[in-house]
Amino acid sequence: MAQNSAGLQAAIAATRFGLGAKPGEIDAATPDPKAWLIAQIRPTGADQPQGQLPNSRDQLLALASYRQDRKEAKADGVVLPKAAKRAAAAQTAMADTPGMTAAAPPAMSPDAERQAAMLKTELKTVRDEAGDEFLARARLGAATDASFRERWALFWFNHFTVSAVKLESAVVTGPFEREAIRPRVFGRFEDLLVASSTHPAMLLYLDQARSAGPDSLGGRTRKLGLNENLAREIMELHTVGADAGYTQADVTEFARALTGWSVGGPKDAVRGFDGRYLYRAAIHEPGGREIMGRNYGDSGEAQARAVLHDLAADPRTAKRISRKLAIHFVADDPPQALVDRLSNAWMKSGGQLDVVARALVEAPEAWDPDARKFKTPYELVVSGYRACGVQPTKMQHLAILTALGQKPFSPPSPKGWSDEAADWATSDGVIKRLEWAKGFSAVVGPLVDPVATAKSSLGARLSDRTATAVARAESRPEALALLLMSPEFQRR
Amino acid sequence: MTHPVKTFRMNRRALLGGMAGVSVLFAGRAALASESGRRKLVVIIARGGLDGLSVSPPYGDPNYQALRGAIAIPPPGADGGALKLDETFGLHPALSQIYAMTQSGEARIAPAVAIPDRIRSHFEAQDMLENGTAQVYATSTGWLNRALSAMGTRRALSVGAQAPLVIRGPVETASWSPGPELPQGDRVAGILMDLYKDDPLLAPALASGLSNEAMARDAIGAETVKQNDVKALGAAISKFMVAHDGPDVVALSLDGFDTHASQGASKGQLANRLAYVDQLFAGLKGGLGPAWNDTAVVMATEFGRTARINGTSGTDHGTASTLLLAGGSLKRGGIVGDWPTLADNRLFENRDLAPTLEVRSVFKGLLRDHLGVEKAKLDTLVFPDSQSVAASDGLI
Repeated sequence: MAQNSAGLQAAIAATRFGLGAKPGEIDAATPDPKAWLIAQIRPTGADQPQGQLPNSRDQLLALASYRQDRKEAKADGVVLPKAAKRAAAAQTAMADTPGMTAAAPPAMSPDAERQAAMLKTELKTVRDEAGDEFLARARLGAATDASFRERWALFWFNHFTVSAVKLESAVVTGPFEREAIRPRVFGRFEDLLVASSTHPAMLLYLDQARSAGPDSLGGRTRKLGLNENLAREIMELHTVGADAGYTQADVTEFARALTGWSVGGPKDAVRGFDGRYLYRAAIHEPGGREIMGRNYGDSGEAQARAVLHDLAADPRTAKRISRKLAIHFVADDPPQALVDRLSNAWMKSGGQLDVVARALVEAPEAWDPDARKFKTPYELVVSGYRACGVQPTKMQHLAILTALGQKPFSPPSPKGWSDEAADWATSDGVIKRLEWAKGFSAVVGPLVDPVATAKSSLGARLSDRTATAVARAESRPEALALLLMSPEFQRR
Repeated sequence: MTHPVKTFRMNRRALLGGMAGVSVLFAGRAALASESGRRKLVVIIARGGLDGLSVSPPYGDPNYQALRGAIAIPPPGADGGALKLDETFGLHPALSQIYAMTQSGEARIAPAVAIPDRIRSHFEAQDMLENGTAQVYATSTGWLNRALSAMGTRRALSVGAQAPLVIRGPVETASWSPGPELPQGDRVAGILMDLYKDDPLLAPALASGLSNEAMARDAIGAETVKQNDVKALGAAISKFMVAHDGPDVVALSLDGFDTHASQGASKGQLANRLAYVDQLFAGLKGGLGPAWNDTAVVMATEFGRTARINGTSGTDHGTASTLLLAGGSLKRGGIVGDWPTLADNRLFENRDLAPTLEVRSVFKGLLRDHLGVEKAKLDTLVFPDSQSVAASDGLI
């Protein structure tokens, strides 16, 4: 591989490995770009977003209390805002139909109205916490001096996707990232896998919490049953991958092993398990089982742990995730030599993720001067803030991510967000990016020197053509928008 | 693989004629009348594994109620009951507007359709549904894109910030989603066209995006499509389709059908999603106006769900599901394909509705009889190595 200049290496370190260069950052990395990256790897894991953020237990208890209040309010005849709206809509619809008359919606007493308003506030509070979480995460991304570390953490959030598509997972998506993922991103993969698979957010998102063995006590007496969602996604997405040759029987057996891995409800408060991971022996399917050719004894909670141990140690897991890392950091179609390097580091170290991260930094293939990765919307927006040395201050500043195709905390499936250009460089995607760039630059543009920003954010990657366009622009906002939309800023 | 891309490129250049913010081709509302006779196809991918046994509940099947328990859709006439199609099938009560189409011969169901291979992973099964082969990850292009290259001069649009695989490939297609409009002649866009001129990824994306914006300005005007207003979205898509030089082929995806827990029956989680589908179809029909008569709409999913209710009042990944067809081009008729029944010995792996029809047969039937793609191309280019999969007859 041709030797890049130190300046180019530093620009690659800050933009491809990191989340985009802040003013002065490329200069700071120039003396030794690799050492600059390696210094960001640390056993304590990723940084924590700042602010008064609730833990998952508080969030789940708040949600449970909202649901309880709602139930009681309903029993008291309080018409909840949504129900009132539905009733009004039904009445209007029927009024339009000749011969139909509708009952008027029940009138609410001032007391009931107060109660309904209180419920609305209660739900809003729980939901707003999720917005604060996302904002705090984006602020960290925009400001951190260790943005390789933050990108590494973002990779793992996406690998262990929890999406806010359900209310109960929505309120704990942020806490999940902070509690299960961030502390372990440079530890052993197996620990990360176990932390993810036992966190209430994952157990709720993938329907594990209520899954019961058909022959367990709970299964026989309470008509509960098996749900195989988490078992399948752990095998397919979190570990060995769908091409590993397992069968439907393996998935079902793993789902049986996982029964009992649950989340404590209000009734479990006596033992302090409410809103926390709780193993419920009464719904665990008894018996030993065979999964992917291995036998697991009748060991209750430990049975699924043993399966996770084997899945984490499987070479197919190492290969698959190494390839995913190479795709994330280097190219949609990454060099096989790079994938092999990462997967060797993984296998030799027993899945030590700090070792894998170091192998990535040391890999010559990762320093290809061609920027082949097209930024996702989140990466683009965060890198825009970094380039200008500012941070978002309101969740509304990030609402644009929905139009850009990456709604906050809401990947469309457990597979997470796509990491490939074909998904993001669409005609609609580029138009929405242009709209973001213009909106952002209208506010931030007057505050920065666009020519200096172009140099400090792209360094040796800034092309003459972009530099000229920025210099010739008729206003600062126009210049900044051109920089943010330039081919080299859109890539990393 | 070879594609007659050249023909298309010429056409694309014409389509994108006035770039750099100078919109010429889409000026004037007078040009908005539908070009009569241009057949139109809308392909909807329902992601997550749509439960066909709820979309078109086989209420007349003696095993349906017992297998489904609390999530069975009640028979026609009962409270929240299915909308009766025949002695066996109904439609979910949330699909009332599609039901009206079935009654006028403008919608049909295919109740036991599946992809070529038995797969229960969402992502592999979606890949196969969209790549049009019998293998997972066999190609990175979609069958609809290859059908476009077989036809040469058709224009295509995907709706949403991301293009679904089914329409991805060497024939460049546009994408669009509702949002604030970019003003005509935007200066930054004009400079970017120049900045991107050697960029193989961004240059075509921006060019096509700007032409869509121009088309949206003309076709939709000042109306805005609010989030979750699916009927308005359907109407907006139709306006694109009937615009002069508008797309003949449209692809979009819907998600949220992975109902592992608390699926609901006549009401609930799945019913809400189906109401969304119903609105979208109604919006398309209303928006297309007379062009509805030249249109076919197909909605397919990667797999159906288990025949039995699971332990969490939902259903898990299964096999065959219902495919929905609509449009004024359809031939009036009953269900498409056979009904395997839900008898114990007929369930696939004692768990799922068994397929009686391969999804590519339906796609082939539509492409051949609706858009005139010749058989030889269907069997090789569009759906490689699929000689043994016969096109469904009598759809159009």
